[in-house]
Amino acid sequence: MAVQKTRIQDALEAKSRGPWGRAWERFRHKKIGMATFIIIGVLYFGGLFAPLVSIHSFTAQNLMEAKQRPSLKHPFGTDRLGRDQYSRVVWGIRTTVIITIASVLSGSLLLGVSLGALAGYFGGKMDAFLMRIGEVFLAFPGLLLTILIAATIKPRVVEIVRAFEDSSGIKGIVASGFVDYVVVFTALSAFSWVGTARMVRGQFLWLRSTEFVEAARAVGASTGRIIFRHLLPNAISPLIVSVSMGMGGVAGSEVILSWLGIGIQPPQPSLGLMIFDNFGIGNISILRNDPHLILFPMALITIIMFSWNLLGDAVNDVLNPRTR
Amino acid sequence: MLVYVVRRLLWTPFLLLAVTFITFVLGHYGPGDPIKVMFGERVNPEAVARIRHERGLDRPLFVQYADYVWKAIRGDFGESFKFRGQKIGELIPQKVLVSAQLGFVALMLSVLIGLPLGVITALRQGRWLDPVTVSTTLFFMSVPGLLVAPLLIWVLVILLHWLPSGGWGGLLDGRIIMPAIVMALPGIASWTRLMRASTLDVLGQDFIRTARAKGLRESMVQFRHVARNALIPIMTVLGLSLGTLVEGAFITEGIFGIPGIGRLAVDSLFARDYPVITAITLVIAVSFVAANLFVDLMYAYLDPRIRYR
Repeated sequence: MAVQKTRIQDALEAKSRGPWGRAWERFRHKKIGMATFIIIGVLYFGGLFAPLVSIHSFTAQNLMEAKQRPSLKHPFGTDRLGRDQYSRVVWGIRTTVIITIASVLSGSLLLGVSLGALAGYFGGKMDAFLMRIGEVFLAFPGLLLTILIAATIKPRVVEIVRAFEDSSGIKGIVASGFVDYVVVFTALSAFSWVGTARMVRGQFLWLRSTEFVEAARAVGASTGRIIFRHLLPNAISPLIVSVSMGMGGVAGSEVILSWLGIGIQPPQPSLGLMIFDNFGIGNISILRNDPHLILFPMALITIIMFSWNLLGDAVNDVLNPRTR
Repeated sequence: MLVYVVRRLLWTPFLLLAVTFITFVLGHYGPGDPIKVMFGERVNPEAVARIRHERGLDRPLFVQYADYVWKAIRGDFGESFKFRGQKIGELIPQKVLVSAQLGFVALMLSVLIGLPLGVITALRQGRWLDPVTVSTTLFFMSVPGLLVAPLLIWVLVILLHWLPSGGWGGLLDGRIIMPAIVMALPGIASWTRLMRASTLDVLGQDFIRTARAKGLRESMVQFRHVARNALIPIMTVLGLSLGTLVEGAFITEGIFGIPGIGRLAVDSLFARDYPVITAITLVIAVSFVAANLFVDLMYAYLDPRIRYR
């Protein structure tokens, strides 16, 4: 006997899936959202598993095969040192993946959420102080503060890491290029926490005065319990929206920093460096002769940035009660 | 209004202090001990102590900061590392002049194209122009000029031979067109989007219905009532667009070889010429603070809801 699904059963099922289940259900019907979600998923997965996905080493030079057009052996061609462009792009995406995730974790989630929560929950002087600091950071236009930090702190970071190497006996941290990653994501987080903090603060200010929080306080819930059980979970959906909207910008900033020579340094791979290698300051001759050399890194970083922004839009449509 | 203006004016000096202090500390002590940065590790300690004293680097940090700002106000930013003896204070004004010309053309382009395009798309909602504009502008807003410039150069310079590819010849030279377009594109995109949203907002309001009801011609409604009122909230963005222009100048002047402040910054970044980097950041950040103050005051003047709060 076949069991017919009724509308009521459908509705009950939807309810049992919870708010996230329902949000996912709405998201699944967004074509652009799903498409960009899959694109980003594939690229990030490929980037994380770069050692498996790449077919050659990203540093191996072969001057006999320099500047080749795309072929079966080298799907994206080779650069002027005969390095396989496809493998370099894959490793470059890996850098983008590391930088975007690290900056979001440290800047938006760690700094932004905790400072925003402090300001929003305690209000008063704490709030005024933290928000004024945020205003100071926002008083620098665009990428300027990021560029200043990335340009100036590197020697000091190297010094600190060297001291750590000497005292701990662990060698090769500086040589591994790890320092460049630290510098870049420090510079990016210094700027990106402000937006998140403001957003979380706004949410907390509003939630703090709602009845369910008042009720929780009335039954004697501790401050920690109110923040972690009642306030934070309710602030998560705008957080997801702002993070997914900001990811494209972070990816682009890394490319610009590396292109300006203050981001990732060779031989570490980066899409920005690949563009700089062939399309450096005041040098556009590459476009006349070998446009494919910058076509692939540029196409990939463009796809990543545009996909993140479209995905952010779709997530906003799904999660933001005002646009839903 | 008065309370708002006074509060804003009182806060600005603190903001300037904080911004200049961050810039000073990062620029002078970010890379490490300034003497070591200047002369390397292997210098004899007596010479180091003498130079340290001569340059006033043995004084407390706040004294050095005050000294730096006091000199900077009078146009003295010290000397460049890269070009020994070159006064940064003499270098910057001529570079700013070049960037200002380029920035002005780019801003004009983005306003003159972005605003009308925003109004038109809003009035044509539901037809093909609207979704096309929305997705195109989202693209140009999400992708920096560094990625758009090569494509434009490839099409306009190499395939079509329409425009010269680089260099600088001043405001009235053809070579300004390409970089101005590259710098204007994100601006055009954001002005279009904002103007579209703002126009849609105004279109839904009662006084538009009233204007139509009393029999005004549609063109009159659109110009006099819709467009003019939609412009007010857009004002705030004018201040922010300075930030976009600065970011654009770094990239565009780098690519096209334009001798402006952005190019100077890029060259100094590569040469690790910290005093120049610091001076440029300081100049840009201070003008950004001033621009935002000006826009905020204008906004309060234009929008009665802020004036009377």
